[in-house]
Amino acid sequence: MDILAYFASLNPLNLFASLPGNVAQGVIWGVMALGVFITYRLLDFADLTVDGSFATGGAVTVVLILAGAPAPVALLAAIVSGILAGLVTGLLHTRLGIPGILAGILTQISLWSVNLLILDGANKAVNVDKYTLIVSLRNVGSSIITALCFAAVLIMLLYWYFGTEQGSAIRATGCNPHMSKAQGINIDTMKVLALCISNGLVALSGGLMAQYQGFADIKMGQGSIVIGLAAVIIGDVLGDAFFAKRMNFVIRFIFVVIGGVVYYLVVGLVMWLRMPTDLLKLLTAVIVAIFLAVPYLRGKARNSFKLAGKRGVRENA
Amino acid sequence: MLELCDVKKTFNPGTVNEKQALCGVSIHLNEGDFVTVIGGNGAGKSTMLNAIAGVWPIDEGLISIGGINVTAMPEHVRAQHIGRVFQDPMMGTAANMCIDENLALAYRRGQKRGLCWGVSKAERERYRDELKILGLGLETRMSVKVGLLSGGQRQALTLLMATLQKPKLLLLDEHTAALDPATAAKVLEISDRIVEENRLTTMMITHNMSDAIRHGNRLIMMNEGKIILDISGEEKKRLTKAELISKFAELAGVQEETDEVLLS
Repeated sequence: MDILAYFASLNPLNLFASLPGNVAQGVIWGVMALGVFITYRLLDFADLTVDGSFATGGAVTVVLILAGAPAPVALLAAIVSGILAGLVTGLLHTRLGIPGILAGILTQISLWSVNLLILDGANKAVNVDKYTLIVSLRNVGSSIITALCFAAVLIMLLYWYFGTEQGSAIRATGCNPHMSKAQGINIDTMKVLALCISNGLVALSGGLMAQYQGFADIKMGQGSIVIGLAAVIIGDVLGDAFFAKRMNFVIRFIFVVIGGVVYYLVVGLVMWLRMPTDLLKLLTAVIVAIFLAVPYLRGKARNSFKLAGKRGVRENA
Repeated sequence: MLELCDVKKTFNPGTVNEKQALCGVSIHLNEGDFVTVIGGNGAGKSTMLNAIAGVWPIDEGLISIGGINVTAMPEHVRAQHIGRVFQDPMMGTAANMCIDENLALAYRRGQKRGLCWGVSKAERERYRDELKILGLGLETRMSVKVGLLSGGQRQALTLLMATLQKPKLLLLDEHTAALDPATAAKVLEISDRIVEENRLTTMMITHNMSDAIRHGNRLIMMNEGKIILDISGEEKKRLTKAELISKFAELAGVQEETDEVLLS
């Protein structure tokens, strides 16, 4: 009886009402995921800097807008701040020999203090009525379009860049550092470059998110690496399902952004089911784990010792 | 073309694992020399090639390529002078990238990598012709990921990549050891052809003594981090496997029948 009452209390209209907001957030996170894709997929480097640089991007954007800078200028500054964060991680890794994950963690933790300094406190609000913002949850429709434009332009830029000589060198570095060195590629420079580009994108996304939600918060970047990874992996699985072998770079990038949207739709669904929000992080982890496991398990379903054993029995029978 | 002067290298100095890998190696290669390098395991063959390629800095001595002192140059800078093929077919190519992309990466060895498009249409035509010469049918599969190729195909491709931008020195580190005999023979034949056509100065490590005798104009034998034998010209042409084994036994102080030391 309780269950029936619970389902009766769920209003499908609410789900639809929350849809556009989730799409907007999803696209903005999709931009962040493009950054994660560069490090995680192309460079083969799990960069944890992003938890810090996402918030840095938000903080820089909000503080500059409050100081009277136009929103595009503030976003540019956010990108620069992200590039600097990536530079620090890159130099810690390549110049000081600190393992990649640790280098990212060190930068991330130091950015916490830096972000507190930038924000001069734990958070800062920016009122859409007083300032001109590029995106805002007050106007979800135009926010979605703006965010999509950002994503589209960035995808084109990234597609171009990773097709150039330099972009190819970054991809080669991630794929086979040994060969890259033998072909005269300075792999340290390429790693630093990729980390800068990645964190620039992440900070840009943070700047958009801060405008969208109307405030920058010291905690807004927490767990963003997992959301970014979720988007990348969901995008991979979906892209594989729809395009299989015809996946090219543009399609892969597009699916990364789609991955961000799908992630937020799932989150919206869960909220609609009135699961306690405390469980959100747990849920995120479960989603990422499922999508990480799917390709592996699918491979196993086709090719496993158990199956080989069964086939052997059949053939010898 | 290549000059090694008393090159020394010790791994893990001051520990129980200390190993003197190169104990004063000196050799001079003339332009167009094709040297085969033989020796037992741990003789220092690969170490010598890695020292030349600049995988790590040497402890003592001097290395120069084409009259340029490269001793202080890191690996990626030295790469402009050197083409390399490794023992492991997985090592020489980027598996997630297409055949033409790999070739384009190699074509830009020693050049600045800017914001021009990674593979131009004109060069793709050139790659198609070069691939055709390999005779493996790769010219019709230029946009296939290299990871899908067989070991032999990958080694042949790596060879082409190493020589696309004519290197001053070609280093082949047992590049056929991981292949089946038929494929190994094919890759060796391709190597011979490329070396001859481009008149490349080449160093080739091999565990196969017949190959070492059959290929190249010069043969060196290494033992315990030193070059113990250096034969070239007519003498090399007349060399037989039996002679080589007895020479090794004599010089390295091993029993004659243990030719496995050389071969394994």
